[in-house]
Amino acid sequence: MAELLSLQEAVASVVHDGDSVAFEGFTHLIPFAAAHEVMRQRRRDLTVIRLTPDVIFDQLIGAGCVRKLVFSWGGNPGVGSLHRFRDAVENDWPAPLELEEHSHAGMANRFAAGASNLPFAVLRGYTGTDLPERTPSIKPIECPFTGEKLTAVSALNPDVGVIHAQRADREGNVQLWGIVGVQKETVLASTRSLVTVEEIVDELEPLPGAIVLPHWTVTCVAVAPRGAHPSYAQGYYDRDNEAYRAWDPIARDREKFQQWLDEEIYGEAGRSPAGYARQDAESSNQNAGLEAPRR
Amino acid sequence: MTPDDFMTVAAARALRDGVTLFVGIGLPSTAANLARRTHAPNMVLIYESGCIGSKPSTLPLSIGDGELAVTADSVVSVPEIFNYWLQPGRIEVGFLGAAQIDRYANINTTVIGGDYDKPKVRLPGAGGAPEIASLCGEVIVIVRQNARTFREKVDFVTSVGYGSGPGSREKLGLPGRGPIKVITDLGVLEPDPETCELTMTQLHEGVDIEQAREATGWELKVADELATTDPPSDEELAALRDLLDTQKAAAA
Repeated sequence: MAELLSLQEAVASVVHDGDSVAFEGFTHLIPFAAAHEVMRQRRRDLTVIRLTPDVIFDQLIGAGCVRKLVFSWGGNPGVGSLHRFRDAVENDWPAPLELEEHSHAGMANRFAAGASNLPFAVLRGYTGTDLPERTPSIKPIECPFTGEKLTAVSALNPDVGVIHAQRADREGNVQLWGIVGVQKETVLASTRSLVTVEEIVDELEPLPGAIVLPHWTVTCVAVAPRGAHPSYAQGYYDRDNEAYRAWDPIARDREKFQQWLDEEIYGEAGRSPAGYARQDAESSNQNAGLEAPRR
Repeated sequence: MTPDDFMTVAAARALRDGVTLFVGIGLPSTAANLARRTHAPNMVLIYESGCIGSKPSTLPLSIGDGELAVTADSVVSVPEIFNYWLQPGRIEVGFLGAAQIDRYANINTTVIGGDYDKPKVRLPGAGGAPEIASLCGEVIVIVRQNARTFREKVDFVTSVGYGSGPGSREKLGLPGRGPIKVITDLGVLEPDPETCELTMTQLHEGVDIEQAREATGWELKVADELATTDPPSDEELAALRDLLDTQKAAAA
């Protein structure tokens, strides 16, 4: 049975120093508010897991929360590099960063294997690339029926799975739709889970194509309006492409980044529940389709 | 008209109408959307975010912009897009960029210089590319041509082109045909049918072959009959400007 908690209580309860934590959401529904709370609570020594580290992991890495990164594509989509990620790999700043590197297909299959309680997944992938040489969780495997050579990747079973969804009901049943990435697999593969939502509603109205995670699969739910900003929540607000561009000069410079951290995460701005989203709270939702039925 | 305009238009022209296309973000996405707005309105754009048959009215900044989902025929999960759609070879063309490429069209998007653990430049990494390169029916690469990018040997093989030459793909068991064209800001390279080595087969108008040789980090092979790219038509250029404007307008 999912517990309804404040974001602060939820993070304190499920995310501990040294944990492996997957923060999923493929471009859409990235759980920024939850990650900011992890930074605010100064968690350390985390193994963080995501297909696309994105700005959310650039921030966690720069803030010194991360020991190891498990990932498949670490860029700022459409903008360029993740400079905090690069600074950690290239210069060990603020600390050395251990990498476990995959392709998207491999990572997606690792979550699916974890959700299925299998030790590994099989795919046609990585063959001929230099990745297997660098990544011990990629191994060749022979099909026991035909002898065909395939690739195995070990399952991912994080201590914690963190996702953002559009809404939940009071029992903690969670509903999400639009680009759904690997969020379902992440929650089902993880020992504990935290789902932040745009809103709590009395009843989840069925929507075509939506995923529902029953309350008994989720550890806790916390309300975080605009909690995916600067990514987006289909039916609620659009991707803030300008914020992704604006991140570039902040992340390029250690001092500017530190200032951002002090003001937006540790400072007063970060303490107000909607602080991270206030810049564009008035920006309108321009997506016509797949609207949440509003009441 | 810039060399990039030539590159984008040449890449768009390489896509036939009705084709199913796995699209990467950046130059490939711009070229694919240009083709859809000009000669290939029925092309099926497939993005690794799980969007199948997207018809965006604006040029997306990421592979998961909301516009791609709301205009798609179907939106599936990430495990599904790779396992059910890419892996069985359902997608005819893969469209990739590169940070480094070698004479056999092997691609690096992982690290440059130093060693893997302490590289000079840490690049984003693989994303969907290794499996797109191995499993799509064929691959088109779009990349700016210069000696830093066109390397005798790539620093890391992220995605396989023709491996170490003829027979490599077959030996590795890669089902797709591999890269059939590398489209650059100077012209077009195609693999030699016998040696698999990238060969300059076409130059954009105004580019001479010496420029292409200087922009290549190995001794560039040149086709006996070198074609010239027709300059972008007014219609193509207008469509390209219009497309780039949609991204600026969406950002404003």
